[in-house]
This record gives sequence, structure tokens and C-alpha cells, in this order.
Amino acid sequence: MTVNDVVKIPEFEIVWQEEDRQVTSVFTCDLLSICMAKAPEDSAWVTVMGNRNVIAVASLADVSCVIAAEGCSFDEEAVEAAKGKVTLLKSPLPVFETACLVHQGLV
Amino acid sequence: MEPMILEYTVSADDFSGAGEASGDVKKTLKSLGFPPEVIRRVSVAMYEAEINMVIHARGGKITVEISPDEIRVCCEDVGPGIPDIDLAMQEGWSTASDKVRGLGFGAGMGLPNIKKYTDYLDIKTVVGQGTTLTMSVAV
Repeated sequence: MTVNDVVKIPEFEIVWQEEDRQVTSVFTCDLLSICMAKAPEDSAWVTVMGNRNVIAVASLADVSCVIAAEGCSFDEEAVEAAKGKVTLLKSPLPVFETACLVHQGLV
Repeated sequence: MEPMILEYTVSADDFSGAGEASGDVKKTLKSLGFPPEVIRRVSVAMYEAEINMVIHARGGKITVEISPDEIRVCCEDVGPGIPDIDLAMQEGWSTASDKVRGLGFGAGMGLPNIKKYTDYLDIKTVVGQGTTLTMSVAV
């Protein structure tokens, strides 16, 4: 599965799109230190945080995309910071259901 | 071979800029062809240290020494110091403010993560004067 497949999931909305890349797993967490240490490389990261620090963590952990679930959105600074770094999406669904939609594409 | 030296200034309370130094080091290590696992360990440890400096220490200076067999990161601040290092090393212990927690930090994982991801960690701290944290990751 790639990011281009994730952005095609009808429930999701693209906030910012980068070049396509592999998605090999899905990861959910909101505490940045845990995400930093545990988010697998090439994962789709589902969170409710939408600040600029999320982009820094996404970039350092090298995740494929970040999905803001529960109808949460990324603030302007975060979207600006994501340019050249990582694809951002929004989902109106809860974290678990959002992650499940990505997971369905992985199995 | 002389190590490559990179120097960064970390600004106090600049949550937006936090991560820029670690991001730059990550990019440099990647372009030098270091193994992904080494890059990840250095990135995680350095980002935690960077964030700690922003949250607790009114900013500071980070020096990174890149050698073929080791990446060494030295973080110096003139912040409040750490009164009890053993407590600070415990997972879950945090003195972060509610504002900081609201941003997704303050899980009390900073120093434990640094310890976990590095091969060497030394913390010199004097209450009221500051903290110098030296860490290294072997290649």
C-alpha cells in the first residue's frame, strides 16, 4: 500500500500531499515522546494532535503520512511545516476506526 | 579522520522551531550514508534533548560530532538544573506545565528515551546553573 492509496479512502480528506511512498503499517498515539520512540518507519500515524511538533516528530520518525482523526485539524503552522516533509490527511472518524480503514488496505 | 562538527542554538520556548536541529542532523547523517537504525537512535535522543532544552532550560547550545564510528551529541544549557537525576530518569516522571502537556509533551519519557537510544549518556547538572548532557551512539 502507498500513501496514494490512503488518500483515496473516501472518508479521508487531503490537507497536504507530498510525493508518494510506501505505507507498511498503521500506528496510533498522541504522546509525542512515545510516537518518537515507537512509530515505525513508513507507518501511517493516526493522532488527534495537529500542531507543528507533530510534523517534527513525523519527520524524525520517518512516517509516511499523518492522519488527524476525530475531526481534528492541523493548525496553519503545522501545514506550513509539512511542506516538503510529509503528507497530511483529516478524518472525521475516531482514531480506532480511522486506523482500521488504513489497516484494511494493508491486509 | 577529523570528526565533522555541527553546532546549533536552541531558543527558549520556541516550540515551533524545536526539532529543526535534530532534523538537520538526521538529513546530514542520511546523506553521509549512516545505517537507518543509527540515524533513528540519534534523531530520537537528540530531539528529546532539544525539546527538554526548550521546555525546561531557556534554550541552549547543541554540538554534534560525527565520526565514522560514533555520533556524539553535547547539549549545554544555563537552565535551572535537575535537582534529582534518579527521579528525572524514571519513566513517567515529568515537571512539564499543563500548556506543554497540551502540546503532546510531558509524558516523562524524555531522559528515559535518551538513555534507551544511546550507548553512552553523561549528565552534569548544577541546580541554578544549568545542565550539560553528553551522549553518543556507536555505529
